[in-house]
Amino acid sequence: MSDKKHSPSSTKSKSSFLAKFSAFTDKFAYPLRASHYVELLNPLWAGHALKAKVVKVWDETKDARTLTLKPGFNWRNYRAGQHIRIGVALDGVQYTRTYTISSPPERNDGLFTITVKAIADGRISHHLVRKIKVGSFLAIGLPQGDFYLPDSRPVKPLFITAGSGITPAMSMLESMLAKDRMRDTVHIHYAPHEFDAIFGERLKKIASEHSLYDLNQVFTHEYGEHKQTKGYFHAEQLEKLCPDWRERETYACGPQPLIEAMEKHYTLENMTRYLHIERFSAQLAVIPKEAVGGTVSFSKSGIDALADASTALLRVAEDAGMNPPHGCRMGICHSCSTTLLSGCVRDLRTGKLINDVGSKVQTCVCAAAGDCELDL
Amino acid sequence: MNTDEFKKVNTKNSTRLPVDLSDPQIEEFGRELDAIREEVIDSRGAKDRKYILTVIKTQRILGLLGRIMIYASILLLPAWSHDLASSTNFWILISLGTLSLATAKILENMEIGHNILHGQWDWMKDPDIQSSSWEWNHVCPSDQWIQSHNIKHHTWTNVIGKDPDIGYGLLRVSSRQKWRPFYLLQPLYAFLLAVLFEWGIAIQELELGKMFKRKSHAEKIRPLLQRTGTKMMKQITKDYILWPLLAVVMTLPFTFSGVGPSLFVVFFSVLIANVLANIFRNMWTYLIIFCGHFPKDVYHFTRAQVENETRAKWYVRQMLGSCNIRGGKLFHIMSGNLSHQIEHHLFPDIPSNRYPALAPRVRALAERYKIPYNSASLTRQFGTTLWKIFRYSFP
Ligand code: FES
Repeated sequence: MSDKKHSPSSTKSKSSFLAKFSAFTDKFAYPLRASHYVELLNPLWAGHALKAKVVKVWDETKDARTLTLKPGFNWRNYRAGQHIRIGVALDGVQYTRTYTISSPPERNDGLFTITVKAIADGRISHHLVRKIKVGSFLAIGLPQGDFYLPDSRPVKPLFITAGSGITPAMSMLESMLAKDRMRDTVHIHYAPHEFDAIFGERLKKIASEHSLYDLNQVFTHEYGEHKQTKGYFHAEQLEKLCPDWRERETYACGPQPLIEAMEKHYTLENMTRYLHIERFSAQLAVIPKEAVGGTVSFSKSGIDALADASTALLRVAEDAGMNPPHGCRMGICHSCSTTLLSGCVRDLRTGKLINDVGSKVQTCVCAAAGDCELDL
Repeated sequence: MNTDEFKKVNTKNSTRLPVDLSDPQIEEFGRELDAIREEVIDSRGAKDRKYILTVIKTQRILGLLGRIMIYASILLLPAWSHDLASSTNFWILISLGTLSLATAKILENMEIGHNILHGQWDWMKDPDIQSSSWEWNHVCPSDQWIQSHNIKHHTWTNVIGKDPDIGYGLLRVSSRQKWRPFYLLQPLYAFLLAVLFEWGIAIQELELGKMFKRKSHAEKIRPLLQRTGTKMMKQITKDYILWPLLAVVMTLPFTFSGVGPSLFVVFFSVLIANVLANIFRNMWTYLIIFCGHFPKDVYHFTRAQVENETRAKWYVRQMLGSCNIRGGKLFHIMSGNLSHQIEHHLFPDIPSNRYPALAPRVRALAERYKIPYNSASLTRQFGTTLWKIFRYSFP
């Protein structure tokens, strides 16, 4: 009894000793932290920002690549199916995108992988697939998300994945294998064709070695075609490939049309409770064709206000009874800057539209361009 | 335009700017500058990011090297009896260390801190390099400095009674400031301000002078005072207590066993090296910043002149109220590119590494519109500044 009590408190005092020590060393580096200097030796040792080093790249298909990453000190282990945010600097600007980890947490070399498909017009994914070299560093976030198999219940999973949506399922499958606990699993995977299926060979191998794993690959393209022509998700197909789908928990990950079709079907069948979805909606709002105003939501103050296309957001906020920070009111001091949470705004000086979530918005010189949400 | 001519055009009651341009002409001038600004904003990219990351990294390496050299110099004190120990070697190394530390502090305040706090690098969306979260290596807390610098000084540049940086509330640098006997000793204040510049800036923000006039002011600034006090304490603790003390702790065992130098010498060597590094930084930043708005032929403005000011007129005022210093590439970097004060004041949020290329364009533009462009050597700019400080100490 006393033993039990003792051990957690001793680890706690150990970690609080470490915290105290690092707080003490930070005093020598103020206003930076000691870790900013440690970073000079190796970016992975930094305590203030999490980075990962690219140690290997491998082409899965003609436009998908797996990056093997070595995370920094502050990394924590993840659950199969979780994702991380990755920051990539492109033309000097850091963009953040979310990618699912494709390796299993049981992997014991301290590395993990993400598998990225270069999507049409996707500058970030294109950069990750084509430009990132072994040895470069990426800013990463900690694993997040609740798209994972429950440990407590013996669920029978049905994976429905398409394209690079295979990644969470791959991590879960590999994890089950590593734990030697393959569950009764059905997998419907949509890929363009046999040679353009991410992890295609690996899936087939697992299927041939484990009778509990039932793999159904659906090919959606004829060779040489650029557009999907066949193999769309529909009710009969589901019934045929997985007759007992109503007894399973469905884990779905893929492009928006697939997810929409599935949601519709599951709603119709009153099965949404058993449908788990991982979606990565694009972070870009639609750019309105003409200069239009919209509703501005100030998220911190919980105020919504109507705005036209030419009134500065600072004015809009003030007219709505708020008093957001500001200074020069002419775009030079940046004290009015806030973060764009969603939607689109227009810089009145240049007419440029800002629609990338997370961008800084100078409220004194920007107006609404359609609906938008600000961190004020 | 010399000062006499300036007086003619710009009499006290005039509400016009001292340039020979009609309002539509001034607006056209403004449009040209807007176009330049937009062009640069659009061309920001990977090269600029690489630049600032390199400067930041260099700064940290120099800072670390400085600390290491200062510590290593302790090992060269003659009291140790190894071959390298000699006072010459000690002095050489501790001087190098001090210089390296001072250089790091200058880079941090000028090219890095000042410019990041202007939001010049916010566009990179790098969470570590944002004006809203960067804390600079200076006794004045970042956000408070942004208040007095970005907002007051950059908006009201050289407007008497509005710009807190005209003489820093301490000096009389324009004939339009009313003379008081207090100013008789201003060469002395100016010198003290140079040595203690960072403290001057931190205190200026508190507008202590008002405290004597209005009781309510004291109440108002209490939270400011507290935050500034905390920041000052942290800076003092780091440079004047922790680093010297750690050196003492490290030599302690040797000194007690009779082979090391006196702990007193150790403590004060490190302390004085740090004090000097801070003073060098103060004097350098003072030198550059005083050359920005005080040299001869710079213009000051009345409140009447800036009433209903358009953006274009604001541009003109920035040009007339700022001065550039000529120099080489390294000089510009060490001055945080504030040697391109004119370009900085026209475009305070454009990355500083772009100012050198902008300068000739702005200069040519100014020439076309016959607007003075005040650019000269450091000797001329600082010389005339000193002369002003001396001259205006008298009525
Ligand atoms: S208030 Fe100064 S930039 Fe917006």
